[in-house]
Amino acid sequence: MAVKNFVVGLFDDEAVLFPAVKKVRTAGYKLHDVYTPFPVHGLDHAMGLRESSLHTAGFIYGITGTTTALSFMSWVFNADWPLNIGGKPHFPLPAFIPITFELTVLFAAVGMVMTFCWLCQIMPGVKKHIFHPRQTDDKFVMVIELTEKTNAEEVKSFLTAAGAHDINEQKAEAGWWFGRFDKDDEPYLRKIQTANA
Amino acid sequence: MKDQFVVPARLRMTSFVLMGVGLLTFLIGLIAFKGETRFWAGLLQNSSFFLLITLASTFFIAATTLAQGGWQIAFRRVPEAISMAVPILAAILFIVVMILVMGGKEDIYHWVNPEHVAHDKVLNWKKAFLNKGFFTTATIITLALWIFFTMRIRKMSIQEDGWDLSRETGRKILWRNTVVCGGFMVIFTLSVGSTTPWIWLMSIDSHWFSTMYSWYTFASTWVSGLALISLFVVYLKRHGYLTYVTEEHLHDLGKFMFAFSIFWTYLWFSQYMLIWYANMPEETEYFQPRVWGEWRPIFFLNLLINFITPLLFLMKRDTKRNYTAIVFIAVVIIFGHWLDFWQMVYPGTVKHLVFPWYELGLGLGFVGLIIFLTANQLTKAALVPKNHPYLKESIVHHT
Repeated sequence: MAVKNFVVGLFDDEAVLFPAVKKVRTAGYKLHDVYTPFPVHGLDHAMGLRESSLHTAGFIYGITGTTTALSFMSWVFNADWPLNIGGKPHFPLPAFIPITFELTVLFAAVGMVMTFCWLCQIMPGVKKHIFHPRQTDDKFVMVIELTEKTNAEEVKSFLTAAGAHDINEQKAEAGWWFGRFDKDDEPYLRKIQTANA
Repeated sequence: MKDQFVVPARLRMTSFVLMGVGLLTFLIGLIAFKGETRFWAGLLQNSSFFLLITLASTFFIAATTLAQGGWQIAFRRVPEAISMAVPILAAILFIVVMILVMGGKEDIYHWVNPEHVAHDKVLNWKKAFLNKGFFTTATIITLALWIFFTMRIRKMSIQEDGWDLSRETGRKILWRNTVVCGGFMVIFTLSVGSTTPWIWLMSIDSHWFSTMYSWYTFASTWVSGLALISLFVVYLKRHGYLTYVTEEHLHDLGKFMFAFSIFWTYLWFSQYMLIWYANMPEETEYFQPRVWGEWRPIFFLNLLINFITPLLFLMKRDTKRNYTAIVFIAVVIIFGHWLDFWQMVYPGTVKHLVFPWYELGLGLGFVGLIIFLTANQLTKAALVPKNHPYLKESIVHHT
C-alpha cells in the first residue's frame, strides 16, 4: 500500500458538510473519504460513490444456498440412502422447502456479512489510519488526497472557506494493513505522551 | 402546486365503461345461468374480494398510524379516499350473502339446509357456529363496525384541515387518530384476522377447516390493497398531483408489496404443508380438486403469479423506484389475488374449471366502481393533510 499526503478538515454540522462535499467535487479535488459519526442520508450520492453491489452478491449467495439444499437433500434421499418416510415420495418437495429456505437465508446472510467486511475492509486485525480521533465520535471529518497537481495551501484555504476548522496536513498510509497501529501513528503517540506526563 | 383533485373526463369515462361492462356481464349472467350456482359464486367471489381490498386501505391507515409512521402522510388522502368505497361494497356483499343464506342456496353454502346438518356428524358439531342466525349477526356487526371506523377516520382527517398549526393541535391530532385506529385494529383482527373469512368463504367447503385460512385471506387482500394504493398514487403523480410524493415513497410501497407477497406465500405454504404432511382425509379434501383435479393449472399459476413474479420482479431497487414497473406489478398482483379468490370459491361451488368470462366481467365492473367512488372522494378534500404533524417527515422522507 502506498503512503500519500492528505489535507484533513473538521466539520461540526452535516448542514455545512453537504455543500462542502459538493464544492470539493466541482472544484476537482480528489476526495479520499468523509467520516461521520452516524449514517448520513444522501451523502453517498453527494460524494459520487457508485451504488453498492452488495445486494447482487446477496442474491448469488441466496441461490447458491437454494441449490445446495435441494441438490444435497435429493442426493441423500434418492441416490445415497433412500428411506420410506410416512409413505411420502422420495422427492417430497414441500418437506424440503423449510430447509431450503433456511439454507438460502443462511448462505445469503453469512455471505453478505463477509462481503460487507471485505468491501469496507473491516476484520479483526485489519488496521487503517485514523485521521482524527473524533472522526466517529461527534465530528465530521473530510479527507482530501493531495496529488501532484494539487497545492496544499490552496486546498487549506478552500476548506476554510467551506466552513471547516482544525485543518491540517497528514502523511499517512492510504490503505489497510494487518497488525497494530504504527508507532508514529497519532493515537499511539498520544498514549505515550499521557504515560510520560 | 395542484392540491385539489379534479376528475379528468377520461378517468370518469373509463370508470363508466368498466361499470357498464360489469352491469352487462351481470345481466348476461342472470340470463345465461338463470340464477344458478355460477351466478352466485361469481358475485360472492368478486364482492368479497373487492370489499376486502378496499378495507385494506383503512387497515393501511390504521397500521401506519399506530406504528407512528410519518412517511405515508404525503399520500394519506389516497388510501382514505379508497376506503370510502367500503360502505357501498359492504352493501353489495351484504345483499349477496343474505340472499345466499336466507334464500337457502345450498349449492354455495352446503350448511344452510337443515336436512344436511341433521344427518351429518361434522356439520352437527359445527352447528353452533355455522347457522343462519350467527352468520347474519356476525356479518351485520362486522360490516357496521368497518363502515363506522372507516367513515370516522376519514371525517377526522378532513376536519383537521380546518384547525390551526400549533403544537397542541398536533398532539391532539396524533392522540385521537391513535385511539380510533387502535379501536379499528381490534375489530379488524377479530373480523378479517379470524372469523369473517371463515363464515363467508371457508364455509363453502363446509366440512373442511383450517385456522390459517383467515390469515391467508388477509394476506391476499392486504397485498392487493397495497397494489391498489400504489396504482392511485402513480396515477395522481402522473397527472401532476401529489408534489411531495417522490420515488422514495414509491420505493417503500414497492417494498411493502414485495414483503407481503412473500408473507402471502408463507401463509399459503404453512396451510398447504401441514395438510400435505398429515395427509388426513378430512383435511386433504380441500386440496384434492385443486392439486389433482381440474384446478391443477390454476393452482400452479396462482403460485407463479403471486409468488415468483413479485419476488423476481420487485427484488431490484430500480424496479421499485420506476413508475411504469410499479403499475405493471400492481396490476399483476391484483389480478393474481383475484385468481386466488377464484380458486378459493369455485372448486367448492361450480366444481368444474370454466373460462372465467363472467367472473372477469363482474371484476371489471367492481374495478370501475372503485375508480368512480375513489375519484369522487379525492375531489372532496385537499390532497395533502396540511396540519398533520408528521407532514414534514413525509416530505423529507428518504429510504
